[in-house]
Amino acid sequence: MSNMSGAEAIVESLKLEGVDVVFGLPGGYILPLYDALYDSGIRHVLIRHEQAAAHAADGYARATGRVGVCLATSGPGATNLVTGIATAYMDSVPMVAMTGQVPSQLLGTDGFQEADITGITIPVTKHNYLVRRAKDIPRVFREAFYIARTGRPGPVLIDLPKDVTVDDLDFEYPEICLPGYSPNLKVHALQIKRAAKALMEAERPVIYVGGGVKYSDGHKELVELAEKIKAPVTTTLMGVGCFPEDSPLSLGMLGMHGTRYANLAIQEADLILAVGARFDDRVTGKIASFAPQAKVIHVDVDPAEIGKNVRVDIPVVGDAKTALAELAKAVEPKVWSAWNELVAAWKRDHPLFYAKGGDSIKPQFVLETICKLCPEAVIVTEVGQNQMWAAQFFTHKDPKHFISSGGLGTMGYGFPAATGAKMGCPEKEVFDIAGDGSIQMNIQELATAVINDVAVKVIILNNGVLGMVRQLQDLFYEKRFTNTTLGRVPDFVKMAEAYGALGLRATRPSEVEGVLKEAIASDRPTVVDVVISPDEKVSPMVPAGASLSEILELEG
Amino acid sequence: MLHTIAPIVENKPGVLVRTAGLFSKRGFNIESLTVGATDNPDRSRMTITVEGDEVVLEQVTKQLNKLVNVIRVSELLPSESVGRELAVIKVAARKEDRSEIMQIVSVIRAEVIDVSPRSMIVEMTGSEDKVEAMVRLLRQFGIKEKARTGKVSMARGATAVGP
Repeated sequence: MSNMSGAEAIVESLKLEGVDVVFGLPGGYILPLYDALYDSGIRHVLIRHEQAAAHAADGYARATGRVGVCLATSGPGATNLVTGIATAYMDSVPMVAMTGQVPSQLLGTDGFQEADITGITIPVTKHNYLVRRAKDIPRVFREAFYIARTGRPGPVLIDLPKDVTVDDLDFEYPEICLPGYSPNLKVHALQIKRAAKALMEAERPVIYVGGGVKYSDGHKELVELAEKIKAPVTTTLMGVGCFPEDSPLSLGMLGMHGTRYANLAIQEADLILAVGARFDDRVTGKIASFAPQAKVIHVDVDPAEIGKNVRVDIPVVGDAKTALAELAKAVEPKVWSAWNELVAAWKRDHPLFYAKGGDSIKPQFVLETICKLCPEAVIVTEVGQNQMWAAQFFTHKDPKHFISSGGLGTMGYGFPAATGAKMGCPEKEVFDIAGDGSIQMNIQELATAVINDVAVKVIILNNGVLGMVRQLQDLFYEKRFTNTTLGRVPDFVKMAEAYGALGLRATRPSEVEGVLKEAIASDRPTVVDVVISPDEKVSPMVPAGASLSEILELEG
Repeated sequence: MLHTIAPIVENKPGVLVRTAGLFSKRGFNIESLTVGATDNPDRSRMTITVEGDEVVLEQVTKQLNKLVNVIRVSELLPSESVGRELAVIKVAARKEDRSEIMQIVSVIRAEVIDVSPRSMIVEMTGSEDKVEAMVRLLRQFGIKEKARTGKVSMARGATAVGP
């Protein structure tokens, strides 16, 4: 094919990459691309703030496993994407972001709506491009999608000066030629052998699983391995859903707000098999006293993660799914052991709990009720207490059904991400578990959801405060609640109605189930305002910088 | 401890910023950094010397390897590599000091590349230690300006990373 404009070449490239939806908002310098998209057959979802475009693309990617795509104009459009790109980078989400840019001859002159977005996003992208010639477009797009989805996935940004999208080129989609990029997918047979031997010799093994298992689609292999050797499995926030939480081998989540039994198991383990996880500080607590008795096997597709935070005895570089499958083949079956009994006793003696009864709605009860009514739902979260309750009190079983900003902890992520997830999986029920603080950070996306008929169910656990930070003030700052009380919170029911969504409210425990049923039955975007107490806490908790052994049980 | 690493990178805009950014992000101060063409017009070679402990350096090396524009990274150990640096130094040269400066320059096999009534520019190529030694010797006359390239290094022996 020949002689098309740069913008048409972009559309052609997107089609060749199988892109069916892009999220964005137009502006002057990206207009040629919008013009080419107009009758391209690719669905464009007009969001109300560019940050939401990046989060929606991110939610779409996490829910479908495909590359999410967003676009914005130059300058403020591009900088508004940055938080969303950084969120995707921290959680290794495959994404391609396109930005308009001033025409080439104005680059570097502080032209109108100019921002050096490739410079700005170097630290938060897997790679980025400033395209200088129209004829480079096919190569750049092919590379960008390849880089975004292979190895350890991540966001790639493509900055497009206006003239580059207008100029003509002969379109040819080239083969990939990236001499400096070769993801390590194969696993080393000898390392698998060593790891399998260590697993067989271990008396108190724990498998610790992160988002890498999710992205490699390795959950079935994980279950196979864990069941074969009867190893308890704990997941990070990013790994939630990779192992069915109703399994007797499940320890739920570990770390700062993990289960007591997961943290106990880690601290007592003699072997930890870490798969696609990165020993983040929220997981390990005080690193020097993390898993003090354990040998560590670390499987990761990114060699830079191995040995970054903890000393590793057996490194295995490669794809998590392949490694888990190889390990499952290499080990011999084990029987239920004294270790399994001990772990079961911890599970029995230290379950996640909350004080039941009373007049106010318990947020944990809301999550349990959603789980009861809709166990197959996709749970997207905002950030803060709502996020931790959603991780703790919903029984997660599917890796693509829990979507949350883990690494960056971006408030305002959940609602646009839920919108993107629902567009990727329209047949699934999608909830955004929100707080009244987080939801107000991207509330404008109600318009996007309503206009595009995206029936996301937003459950606002409304305590009128920035709850997680308030909890820290309560525990560590002598209850000096500086700037965590939001004061006047809008009437979310009226707000939903103002945008054309359905607004519902629950103020008493007896109303919760009925209101949730009504929300689930609704085929429109629905906001449920659930009034809870500002003193509710996320429990248990390992204070920042403390050892996992120093876990606190908190009363609401 | 001072480490020397030599990334081979694609000759493209932005590569220097990406590379240097990995060091600054971790609070590493780059002691010296040189970039220049290789025999392949698409490739450049850097020599970076940096102070830091082994673990952090290993981490930075791995992160460098992750950059799409970085083709390969080698660490050059002092015992197994040669390193050279170029320095040009403008030294105050009063009439009465001039011959002594010339003597020093000749003994340490440096060169005078510019002379004016009150100053000289001395050029020196050598190991960092030798350059350092010359600087010390010239300091007594008054150094007016000094420019150093930073080290370029290469592993000894027949193994090579390519032209």
